[in-house]
Amino acid sequence: MRDVSIVGVGQTAVAEHWDRSIRDLSVEAIAAARRDAGVERVDALFVGNMLSGELAGQENLATLVADACGLLPIEALKIEAACASGGAALRAACLAVGSGAHDYVLVLGVEKMTDHLTDGVTSALALAADADYEAAHGISFAALNALLMRRYMHEHRARHEEFAPFSVNAHRNAALNPHAMYRTPITVDEFIQSPVVADPINILDSAGICDGAAALLVAPSSEARRARRPPVRVAASVCATDTLGLAERRDPLVWQAVADSARLAYDQAKVKPKDIDLFEIHDAFTIVSALTLEACGFADRGSALKLAAEGRIALEGDIPIGTMGGLKGRGHPVGASGVYQLVECVLQLRGEAGPAQVKGASIGMAQSVGGSGSVAVTHILAT
Amino acid sequence: MELPRYHRLRGAYYRLEGSACPGCERRFFPPRAVCPSCKTAGLGTVAFSGRGTLYSWSRVVQPPRGFASLAPYDVGMVRLEEGPLVTAQLADTEGVELAIGMPVEMVTRKIRDAEEHGYIVYGYKFRPLLRPGGAGGP
Repeated sequence: MRDVSIVGVGQTAVAEHWDRSIRDLSVEAIAAARRDAGVERVDALFVGNMLSGELAGQENLATLVADACGLLPIEALKIEAACASGGAALRAACLAVGSGAHDYVLVLGVEKMTDHLTDGVTSALALAADADYEAAHGISFAALNALLMRRYMHEHRARHEEFAPFSVNAHRNAALNPHAMYRTPITVDEFIQSPVVADPINILDSAGICDGAAALLVAPSSEARRARRPPVRVAASVCATDTLGLAERRDPLVWQAVADSARLAYDQAKVKPKDIDLFEIHDAFTIVSALTLEACGFADRGSALKLAAEGRIALEGDIPIGTMGGLKGRGHPVGASGVYQLVECVLQLRGEAGPAQVKGASIGMAQSVGGSGSVAVTHILAT
Repeated sequence: MELPRYHRLRGAYYRLEGSACPGCERRFFPPRAVCPSCKTAGLGTVAFSGRGTLYSWSRVVQPPRGFASLAPYDVGMVRLEEGPLVTAQLADTEGVELAIGMPVEMVTRKIRDAEEHGYIVYGYKFRPLLRPGGAGGP
């Protein structure tokens, strides 16, 4: 396989874009990434998206985007892996460029969620779960995470408010990111008092519904010096899966796909968890952050809350997570989130993250998780 | 839910039918074609007793589309006495203090709002077993 680099990044603000469509958001993000790279050539387009069929009544999405951006007749495909779609789109691009099938590949993550009322979006998100044995029983996605959270609190004698540091950290970091949706710091009291979604999960445990698009231009590392910006290497690209249904795991509190994808990524990049300077974590719910930190080797089982309480996840900590706000603070346009994480990781490694900059960052990890831990795509980027 | 799909699910929804592996004797719910442990194919059907204990639970306040008439409603994961975990709605929980580990039993109930086709989707839910001796006990 050829060595692969990211040579350009672009993003729209994450927001409720009432006056903008999937087309508009995609065109803006792709134009920004191409401008950033300063490279004209594009051989293929992979679009990470989860819900365009359900929420916009539009499939064949990659053709739509290629057409809207004036990229016809290049190869263009939509990549879907639930909320991991964005990470999966970069994975597809790495396979294409690594294999030599293509040289310059655009990766787009895009999602448009705010055209619908909450019950419609809640139903759409539940498509990532088992349709017959979870969603059909009214088990929303928040409910699946709530079941995990209550069990975690039971096994580790934890209180709900001990999850607050994840949300507080995300909002603090989002306030430093001009593209983030929630640029308002929150307090522990506000976390405790926010309205319940699915007990014990409340609004401030959960990433918000929003719209956005982010893009990357990927190229062989040997060609990367032609780009305008300093390239960032893809040191590892891994996808792993677990049972679709949460109840079918031997232990639902062990996120095996997350653990497997991280372990294989560490092997591929020849690094250890302690070498990671920042971790763009899939913090769709605070319980996901806890389970992920434990699965990826940053905390022992049951000790992720302690890690968060000690401030080690902050920008100045030893394992900063969600450095530009994460899914919680930046916003979670589901199929696009994985690409936002990668854009943010690239900005950090280039030293262009502004006030959110992690000093001296040279190795970053971004992990995109779909379903209740049923598919996990991990990328490790390095300067 | 579409009628053919509902029809296909009737064994699992009404009788809590899952699969048993003839190779390693593991049992599964929902049914599976291939054993994930020993990779044996052609698993047999087994009906579970419906008795178990509560592994975890949540009260859904913000329901998905199709569940508004039930909200707020309780859901749980139940560890069946034969081993598998099942995710389902809980029934008859009003006035009951739910607790992890409490005994529960399967009941058949309406699981979602009636749809435009006019039929009602029934399936398994689990209710607290207030008299652990069983329905026939004192």
